[in-house]
Amino acid sequence: MFRRLPISRGGEVGTARRSTEQLESYMIRTSWIVPAIALATALLGGGAEAQTIKIGVNEPLTGAFAASGTYVVNGAKIAADEINAKGGILGKKIELVIEDNKSNPTEAAAVAEKLITSDKVPVLIGAWGSSLTLAVMPKLIEYETPMVVETSSSSKITTTGNPFIFRISPPSSVEAAAFKGIVDKLALKKVDFLVINNDWGRGTADDFAKMMKEKGIGIGLVETMDQGAQDMSAQLSKIKGSDSETVIVTTAVDQLTLIFKQAAALGLKKRIITTGGSQNPDQIIAQAGAAANGTMHLTTFLPWFPEKTPNPEATNYFVSEWKKRGFDFAGCTESFRGYDGIRTAAAAIEKAGKAEPAAIKAALWDIKVKGLNGDIVFRKSGPEGKESGQSQPNVYLIEISDGKVDMKTL
Amino acid sequence: MSEFLQHLINMLVLGGTYALLGIGLTLIFGIMNVVNFTHGVLYTFGAYIMFIVVQQLGLNFFLALPVAVVAGWLLGAVIELTLLRPLRGSDIDTTMLVMIGAWIAMQSATLWIWGGVAKSVATPFPEAPLVLGPVSVSWLRLFVLAAAALLIVVTYLLINRTKLGCAMRATFQDQDTASLMGVNVDLIYTSTFAIGSSLAAAAGALLGPVYVIFPQMGDLAAVKAFAIVILGGLGNITGAVIGGFILALAEELGAGYISSGYRDAMGFLIIIAVLIFKPTGLFARSERVG
Repeated sequence: MFRRLPISRGGEVGTARRSTEQLESYMIRTSWIVPAIALATALLGGGAEAQTIKIGVNEPLTGAFAASGTYVVNGAKIAADEINAKGGILGKKIELVIEDNKSNPTEAAAVAEKLITSDKVPVLIGAWGSSLTLAVMPKLIEYETPMVVETSSSSKITTTGNPFIFRISPPSSVEAAAFKGIVDKLALKKVDFLVINNDWGRGTADDFAKMMKEKGIGIGLVETMDQGAQDMSAQLSKIKGSDSETVIVTTAVDQLTLIFKQAAALGLKKRIITTGGSQNPDQIIAQAGAAANGTMHLTTFLPWFPEKTPNPEATNYFVSEWKKRGFDFAGCTESFRGYDGIRTAAAAIEKAGKAEPAAIKAALWDIKVKGLNGDIVFRKSGPEGKESGQSQPNVYLIEISDGKVDMKTL
Repeated sequence: MSEFLQHLINMLVLGGTYALLGIGLTLIFGIMNVVNFTHGVLYTFGAYIMFIVVQQLGLNFFLALPVAVVAGWLLGAVIELTLLRPLRGSDIDTTMLVMIGAWIAMQSATLWIWGGVAKSVATPFPEAPLVLGPVSVSWLRLFVLAAAALLIVVTYLLINRTKLGCAMRATFQDQDTASLMGVNVDLIYTSTFAIGSSLAAAAGALLGPVYVIFPQMGDLAAVKAFAIVILGGLGNITGAVIGGFILALAEELGAGYISSGYRDAMGFLIIIAVLIFKPTGLFARSERVG
């Protein structure tokens, strides 16, 4: 399971302080209490004067996106360990304060508040899903703390005027633009959409439909599914009966696996293309088997072909470290975001010269990190005067055939 | 037309498992007057038993099903003996709070033991579906439907044709009179809760391999089970079976012809309608009152 110790430390400190006060009133009468106070004080001191720089990690570790969030956290830990092994930043070690947002926007906002006010983290990474990130965003303004967004793809995140957002993942409009080049090659005529019913899915359907309309491609059904839904047979039956030849599917790996299995069971013979980069293709191959053959996926990382990534050496290091830790290779396409996210935050802290939110926010505009999916450099996005930062990562198209991943040229 | 047929097939498969979930819950409510909030966790528990037996112990898929049913039975008996028996006679609110506590504790336990990442179970069925003209259905789902139907029939016979069932029905009608007639009410309560729990576990064991298994999978299942029970009338087994199929039909047709975004809302719209126009449920028997 996850290392819970640093998470609860903030809370325990408070408890320890209260109990110390209670204990002090009994001290004179009960001498055996003295060692206990010494211990509590020692723990308290250790927590309060920690020689670390904290980075808040706000990810879904339970609920619908548990698999993806857990991979991101494990990738983040690799980055933190790598940085700490080289002596940390500003002479201090990095400490990740990891919290579970339960795949729930309300929890994501509460977790952000807890990380900022109780753990006093100067910078966050998170919160995986677009709806989760959007829920956190007002808290960033309230507490003037920057956040590196590692996965979310809704265009809204960087266009609503939140100057504390620095996104390293591609918005769905960038995915759609990258995909534009290949629609002729794929000879798309009419497409249906099956998307998760939240900001991520609906945003993707909007951006892709817009791009396709420009290309003269017909838009058929736009079907949605709840983030926790396990049975998509009704939607797929409807799509089976439509006159489109392609289905664009947007959701995370667990639901994708179910969709491929259920589509195969219904005899749905259409071409399926997924977006969003949270497909973990190897997990799909393992869990959906033959049902995954012929499916195409827009992804943002190529762990299968390190030599084709913008930064082969770093990719090789990351993949080998991931395997060394005994994690499932399938998680690489997700975990690299956590790795890049932490390295981005760390680079900004280093550049700022101090672990303070305002300084880190300013420094994020000046950093250039060699990410696993291209250079991370933030450009301005959104309304003037309160722009968010958006980096421009690469997007790739892969195809699963005979249980293997092939790369397609975009 | 073929799309409509496909929706009907989907409805049959889904309805069978909904019925199974509903029966277990309605049985416990009808006889014991306990709102069983642990029903969803028992469903999750059944699915994880499948995962342990098939994936971790590497044993046969068909052997795992009865194991899950027995495990659900035992866990149900333990819950009844440790939590419900000491609370016998306390008001329904107290019992409800205790059951909510048990639900949260048990769900956290599954999270603690197996983690939050979804698990899947391999099945011996072929991946290629059975194609019948314009419609197709997976072999696994057909098996699930058959197994659910069998369990529903067995439960029906158990309650209507056996001595235990007779005692259960007597307790349901009037606990004091049943007790005077020599029915061991304590035993009936434990048996009822164990049977209801084993049905929930069976539903989880059947559906776990169809979908994926994760600690919160029971939450939505439990909400649907409550919906089915309200639809069919509290304590009414036939009502729960029919209610299960009605809910499945509403979801399938609602998603197919109205909007898939509101799929899970369809069932609840029906419940609101039922509660307004026939608050005792569609199939409530008159003898329950009083």
